[in-house]
Amino acid sequence: MSEHIVPVKVYVGVFLTLMVMTAITTFVSGIDLGPWNTVVALGIAVFKATLVVLFFMHVKYSPRLTAIVIAGGIFWLLILLALTFSDFATRGWLPSLVGT
Amino acid sequence: MSAVVAPEPEPIEPRDNYLNAAYGVRSWLLTRDHKRIALLYLVSITFFFFLGGLFALLIRLELLTPAGDLVQAETYNKLFTMHGIVMIFFFLIPSIPAVLGNFFIPMMIGAKDLAFPRLNLLSWYIYIVGASFTMWAVVHGGVDTGWTFYTPYSSLYSNTHVVATAVGIFITGFSSILTGLNFLVTIHTMRAPGLTWFRLPLFVWSHYATSLIMVLGTPVIAVTVLLVGAERVLHLGIFDPSRGGDPILFQHLFWFYSHPAVYIMVLPAMGVVSEVVTTFSRKNIFGYKFVAFASIGIAVLGFLVWGHHMFVSGQSVYAGLVFSILSFLVAIPSAVKVFNWTATMYKGSISYRTPMLYAFGFIGLFTIGGLTGLFLATLGVNVHVHDTYFVIAHFHYIMVGGAIMGYLGGIHYWWPKISGKLYPEGWARFAALVVFIGFNLTFFPQFILGYLGMPRRYHAYPPEFQVLNVLSTAGASILGVGYILPMIYLAWSMRYGRNAPPNPWGSTGLEWQTPSPPPTENFKVPPIVTEDPYIYSHEEVEIVG
Amino acid sequence: MADVQPAEPALQHQFESMEQQKEASSLGMWVFLVTEILFFGGLFLTYTIYRWENARAFADASRHMDITLGTINTVVLIFSSLTMAMAVHSAETGRRRLLILFLIATMILGGVFLGIKAVEYTDHIQHHLFPGPGFRYPAGADAHGASLFFSLYFAMTGLHALHMIIGLGILTTLLLMARRGRFTAEYFTPVEVSGLYWHFVDIVWIFLFPLLYLIGRHLH
Repeated sequence: MSEHIVPVKVYVGVFLTLMVMTAITTFVSGIDLGPWNTVVALGIAVFKATLVVLFFMHVKYSPRLTAIVIAGGIFWLLILLALTFSDFATRGWLPSLVGT
Repeated sequence: MSAVVAPEPEPIEPRDNYLNAAYGVRSWLLTRDHKRIALLYLVSITFFFFLGGLFALLIRLELLTPAGDLVQAETYNKLFTMHGIVMIFFFLIPSIPAVLGNFFIPMMIGAKDLAFPRLNLLSWYIYIVGASFTMWAVVHGGVDTGWTFYTPYSSLYSNTHVVATAVGIFITGFSSILTGLNFLVTIHTMRAPGLTWFRLPLFVWSHYATSLIMVLGTPVIAVTVLLVGAERVLHLGIFDPSRGGDPILFQHLFWFYSHPAVYIMVLPAMGVVSEVVTTFSRKNIFGYKFVAFASIGIAVLGFLVWGHHMFVSGQSVYAGLVFSILSFLVAIPSAVKVFNWTATMYKGSISYRTPMLYAFGFIGLFTIGGLTGLFLATLGVNVHVHDTYFVIAHFHYIMVGGAIMGYLGGIHYWWPKISGKLYPEGWARFAALVVFIGFNLTFFPQFILGYLGMPRRYHAYPPEFQVLNVLSTAGASILGVGYILPMIYLAWSMRYGRNAPPNPWGSTGLEWQTPSPPPTENFKVPPIVTEDPYIYSHEEVEIVG
Repeated sequence: MADVQPAEPALQHQFESMEQQKEASSLGMWVFLVTEILFFGGLFLTYTIYRWENARAFADASRHMDITLGTINTVVLIFSSLTMAMAVHSAETGRRRLLILFLIATMILGGVFLGIKAVEYTDHIQHHLFPGPGFRYPAGADAHGASLFFSLYFAMTGLHALHMIIGLGILTTLLLMARRGRFTAEYFTPVEVSGLYWHFVDIVWIFLFPLLYLIGRHLH
């Protein structure tokens, strides 16, 4: 890891941003946006997680390999989610293989 | 004052290698030396290999006759379940990585040890603890769910020791994860000066790929068996159809790991084959980068095909099509390797030593196993041969004809380095031949049986299948002899074998630049690498041994 | 040949330099966190499929969550990530007393989180919302979907809480080491990698909170 020492005010700034985003996500959840509720909630969660990863976990100041490792892990989780979901979402699209 | 000073007695042997550096049980059980840890694993997995073999023997004895007359159906269910669990989780998955990988990866990269030696020892202890839970289950009546633990039978209805076995597998999974983690970090951060990625031996590349799978896949089966255990203990209902649960979801979670797991079992063996084929053809590998990238390709593509185990389970046909096409794709990097090994041998100076015999066996039998995988990946064919002996033959060709032959080839190839002794070549070649003959006699008839419709996991069958079953059982007994022979002569060689020189095969590779057996710190002076691997000269070299 | 005394007493024998050791330790923790992504990932998959199949039931069941306690817990955990980052910062700058202070603060916040979770669990169990034979749900509602929701709630937050407890154990070890003066501005790798673990556990909660507490609030 690099020798770069993150200044305290960056940590405090990130913390305050995370607080604001938490307040927003809780507040928005009470408003009916239909299917967008989930999108907004997850989007905010991803944004918060990114801030923690980049600044609290120093990834912004770390070697590229670290970012590749993280991206790999997330990508693999997405493989699990996407391919499994592709089964459940496409049931009934084609006739069954085994009889009726 | 004068005192008579007796001369210092001559030491019986200098303490110069990892085997005699320290004596006593504590020096083995508390070791941090990757080489000693490899031997701890060697002893443990050999025990489980023979335990799994015992279950196989009982299965084949039952199947000598069409009637279910040796054991009851419930007992037979336990036999094939325990055979699968023990062989997969406690033998095959650790085998080459935990024994040969642990021993040789640090040496091949010029390091003194792995990145985390204490974690390495912990991995072995975790393996033993996990195995103990499973052994407890075996001794107290076993498990009858099949190694696949399909719900809701495993989560609700089975009256056997599912929880103990699930706990055992959960714990052992961490052994695998930590080994993979150790290998990945070691290969990334501890290569000797000058050892760039494309100068690494292919054995290291294949273990890197294997470690990716261990790290990415094992956690998913860990959480899955945890859920099955939670189902049984807490009655959560996650996989209970009567409470909204979905058994097919279990299958997705299970096979997400268990398909890539088969690549955990075969990739290390492919790494052994690359080393053996180059050494005993005295020739550079054909297409180094292709083989290296093929290992990574197998690891990656292997994660995209798991649904081919679920074509007839109720999975959507559309997803079945996707998984079928992807399964065809994963055959390609494997085929690339087979072509490249063959091209390596072309115009090479071949010597038919035992490791090379096992490599030949691997290449031929893995090819057959792999090609039959394509039959299974074809949706239409799969409908007819799913859950038949065709599947059993397919995966045994890969796991036994492939992985176990690779393991035995590697054990023989590196035996001089590990033990400092030469094994008796005549007996070893004979045993390899016995294994090859026994293997094919056991499993080739099973392709035919499956094609003719004999279902798997049944202890009784229609009389017209008896001849093929008898042939298979005969083959299994011969195979068993073939496996016992190395136990005997390898042990014999440790006491009575000729001492091995540092490099009996005339091989390139850093591990051969040390004494046999190596010193604890591997290299007296840390090596510097200046050339590609597998640079063989055309001079005649006498192969000792 | 006499053993060369390493210039750095903290340098382990298998490494050539402190920098290599630090690089390996950091990469090792990140690889471990990837395994944790996949470990929790199996539960996230189960949640995704069951919520997709039982959307209304999940939303209704989620309204049994105490949003105040959930939000407080989210704030507590994010605050604990700040104190953990400050602990690493104190170690980096060689400030032993501040390091100890921030480690203790992080542990207190972690304890508060677990305490609130214990209150929530007790409440849910008393209301017969733990799945299994004791599960009781209002008539006319989708009890199966609700049962699946609560199974996932207890499984996911339970696993998360287990990781918090392990985290507290790790912090205790760090605290003892810090008190004995084991860390300097040159060597504080255990603090750093433990921080990575703690932040990861926080990130899991950042996702659990909206997925378990906030899905039904906009419905009536």
